[in-house]
Amino acid sequence: MELYAILKIVWAVMLGVLFIGLGTMVGMDMGVGTLLRFVGRNDAERRTALNIIGPHWDGNQVWFILGGGAIFAAFPTLYGTSFSVFYVVMITLLFSMILRPVAFEYRSKADSRLWRASWDWVFLVSGFVPMFIYGAAFGNILEGVGYHFGWTGQYYQDESFLSYLLNPFAILCGLMSVSLSIYQGGAMLMLRADNPIWARARHYAIAGGIFAAILFVAGGVWMQFLPGFVMQAPVNPAMLANPLHGQSVAIVAGGWMHNFHNHPALWALPVVGVVCMLAGSAMLAAGRTVVAWWLGLGAWAGTIMTVGCAMFPFLMPSSTVPDQSLTVWNSTASEYGLGCMLAVAAIFVPIILSYTSWCYYVMRGKVHTADVVNDTHSY
Amino acid sequence: MEFIDPNVVDLSRFQFALTALYHFMFVPLTLGLTFMLAAMETVYVVTGRQIYKDMAQFWGKLFGINFAIGVATGITMEFEFGTNWSMYSHFFGDMFGTPLAIEGLMAFFMESTFVGLMFFGWDRLSKQAHLAVTYLVALGSNLSALWILIANAGMNVPEGAHFDPETMRMQFESFVNLVFNPDAQAKFVHTSVAGYVSAAMFVMGISAFYLLRGQHRQFAARSFRMAALFGIISTVAVITLGDVLGRLDYEKQPTKIAAIEGLWHTSKPPFEPWILAALPDDAKQENHFEVGVPLVLTPLITHTFDQPITGMHELEDAAGPRIRSGIEAVSALRRYGVTHSDADLALFTQHEQDMGYGLLAARHAPNQDVTNIPENQIDTVVKATQPDILPNVFVTFWSFRFMVFLSLWFFALFAISAYISLKRRLEHNKLLLKLCMWSIPLPILATEFGWITAEAGRQPWTVFGWLPTFLSASSHGVSYMVFSLIGFVLLYSVFIAAELYLMFKFARLGPEHDSMEPHAQHAAPKPSAFDMHSTAS
Repeated sequence: MELYAILKIVWAVMLGVLFIGLGTMVGMDMGVGTLLRFVGRNDAERRTALNIIGPHWDGNQVWFILGGGAIFAAFPTLYGTSFSVFYVVMITLLFSMILRPVAFEYRSKADSRLWRASWDWVFLVSGFVPMFIYGAAFGNILEGVGYHFGWTGQYYQDESFLSYLLNPFAILCGLMSVSLSIYQGGAMLMLRADNPIWARARHYAIAGGIFAAILFVAGGVWMQFLPGFVMQAPVNPAMLANPLHGQSVAIVAGGWMHNFHNHPALWALPVVGVVCMLAGSAMLAAGRTVVAWWLGLGAWAGTIMTVGCAMFPFLMPSSTVPDQSLTVWNSTASEYGLGCMLAVAAIFVPIILSYTSWCYYVMRGKVHTADVVNDTHSY
Repeated sequence: MEFIDPNVVDLSRFQFALTALYHFMFVPLTLGLTFMLAAMETVYVVTGRQIYKDMAQFWGKLFGINFAIGVATGITMEFEFGTNWSMYSHFFGDMFGTPLAIEGLMAFFMESTFVGLMFFGWDRLSKQAHLAVTYLVALGSNLSALWILIANAGMNVPEGAHFDPETMRMQFESFVNLVFNPDAQAKFVHTSVAGYVSAAMFVMGISAFYLLRGQHRQFAARSFRMAALFGIISTVAVITLGDVLGRLDYEKQPTKIAAIEGLWHTSKPPFEPWILAALPDDAKQENHFEVGVPLVLTPLITHTFDQPITGMHELEDAAGPRIRSGIEAVSALRRYGVTHSDADLALFTQHEQDMGYGLLAARHAPNQDVTNIPENQIDTVVKATQPDILPNVFVTFWSFRFMVFLSLWFFALFAISAYISLKRRLEHNKLLLKLCMWSIPLPILATEFGWITAEAGRQPWTVFGWLPTFLSASSHGVSYMVFSLIGFVLLYSVFIAAELYLMFKFARLGPEHDSMEPHAQHAAPKPSAFDMHSTAS
């Protein structure tokens, strides 16, 4: 296989890794945000919950930034097109997301009850909405998006945003993503908090895991009947990136299952996902939170890899002009660009992983309510 | 035929400018304060004197209030290239996305991870380890600026990429040219040091406030002195690098430098005056009145006494043939996309360097389509396009002057402040202290004017000489833009209100631990009354 084709595949895999990291790390923090008003019944408890992720949320959020940055750098045409066709949804995601950094830093810096209660609602919105949209976007993409390209490479939208905002499959995917984030956030709260937060978080996290499993299986069954996108003729994986020509795509009912029919070993992925969700819930019930946290990572990995393998090589299929669907082959950066980025990633990803781990190591151990309230540096 | 709605382009530009200028109110302070915090903490670790730890912690708290909005509004910027500038992202993303992604991997991750430890790690880390963490935050935020400005420099001086008719975009071809773009290097130092000026003025101004009120006098005097010295060095560096940038623009962006200097006609060295003030009229293409300083312009811009600077009328004239050739290039390119014939490719290659000028003509072509202009209308289209190669002269001219006048004011203020502060006579100079206090927002204003000069002066291009701004925007409807604009205005107003409230609150409160103040008003704050009470939800 040509180097360019290999680089494309490597970056598609990297994108998957970033999405898994995003789901796990950002999802965890957003789960804590969603649960904040429920696991903390008074101000001191809520501050305890916030300070559990206090030292880490900002670093974790970079998974999100990096996800966007990697799409921009490795799949520039996908980046411009997807962010634009989902404009209303993306802007809503952005609005809900950017409230969060401010909420962390500002919430506990003034004593007014109204001030703090308002920011607690912000945490709920900025935890729930982004995770819902994150999942729903995958749902929308699986269903295909109405767009086509003009000769210059400018995209044109062929359907109103309402048609993809309000549809049941996307809502199911969105709720699944929220459930997993509640699972992961709850597990983190259990790791670092004592009773009563511990007991309440356990309750919600177990429910999150079980709900996620149910929705995942339901979504999988649904996908058997969903119109999927299939390549009509083999394409050259090393083709120059240009979505205007070079491929012929058909829409086939159940088309997303083609890769699973051709490679039955792929069935291991959804199985891993469901097993992690259920086993994780069981571990939480047994109080084994560290194992449960890692099983949450497994659940995200299973889910993202299932979706990725079902769609491969499609990244964002076009429902109106399927031949112009964006794929791993026709929307990547240049060979040179992908190579440069890979070299940079090879150097920095290990560094990032090591200092992130060190950071968690330094801040290890339970967070006690009394310490939080008396510490002037805490949130 | 598919059109770009000019109103959507204008609204997209307005939204981007609004969110970028807003983001840029917080970034410079972050860039500078991190290094000032590191400097204070270094003195603490080396000398072991508690007051420097108090300083680092107090200024660190104000830093945190500022930092949160900087992070939040930065996410907006990353989104907007995709949500509002899809054609730009497609056309230039291969090159532009790389520095942005590296910024995330190398800088932003580091800054964001360690900033948590910086706030939460005081009791968990050794002195030295905490100091290292503070330095890593400072390094991270400044490296972040480096990569963003490398990306920005690519838009202004697109080196390291070439247009490819097969993929219809600029293909990234040289990492070295991208990183060592002279514009990037000069801009990075100029911009980050402008951030140090902002931080120095911030610390100096708030310290002046305490000195005026006779509070925290030791603490404030030390902070003031440190800031004044930091400020004077930074201001000198800002001005020097600004000069380097001017010289670069002279070579690479003649339209920008001509607009900055309000130069409608090519200069006559060596006596050409530097225009101090004028009223440039973009419609009539002339200045209404001019006050100039003779002899200054030529050496200032060209660093010689004999080289002319091309005026805007002459630049317009020179653009005529390029627009005509560009129309050929775009037409050949479109045909090539269908025929893939060697003849079309050869024709395109012949006119390739002018392609951007052909795209620029789209705005004036029938149906926005430059590939189908009737023969007898070509002259009209070319003529109508010629003035489009110039940026808005009034805006570019005056934003540059405001920036320069402000920087001269900073130089004077820091120099006098440093002198008087070293003489230990600060508290006798109430007027100076008041001036310092009232000057806190001015460096931020100056950096905003700097951004406007650089980016308004880059117009009409997003990728200078290659992709017009007009064609870069996403093909939205106006309603989308109204939705997002209303949201940004509401949300950002709430942010600024909350940030100013907290900033004033904590600045007035002063340092919590002030070991040099025997009767410190604010000992460690008691847990607030309702912390302990249940507020059942």
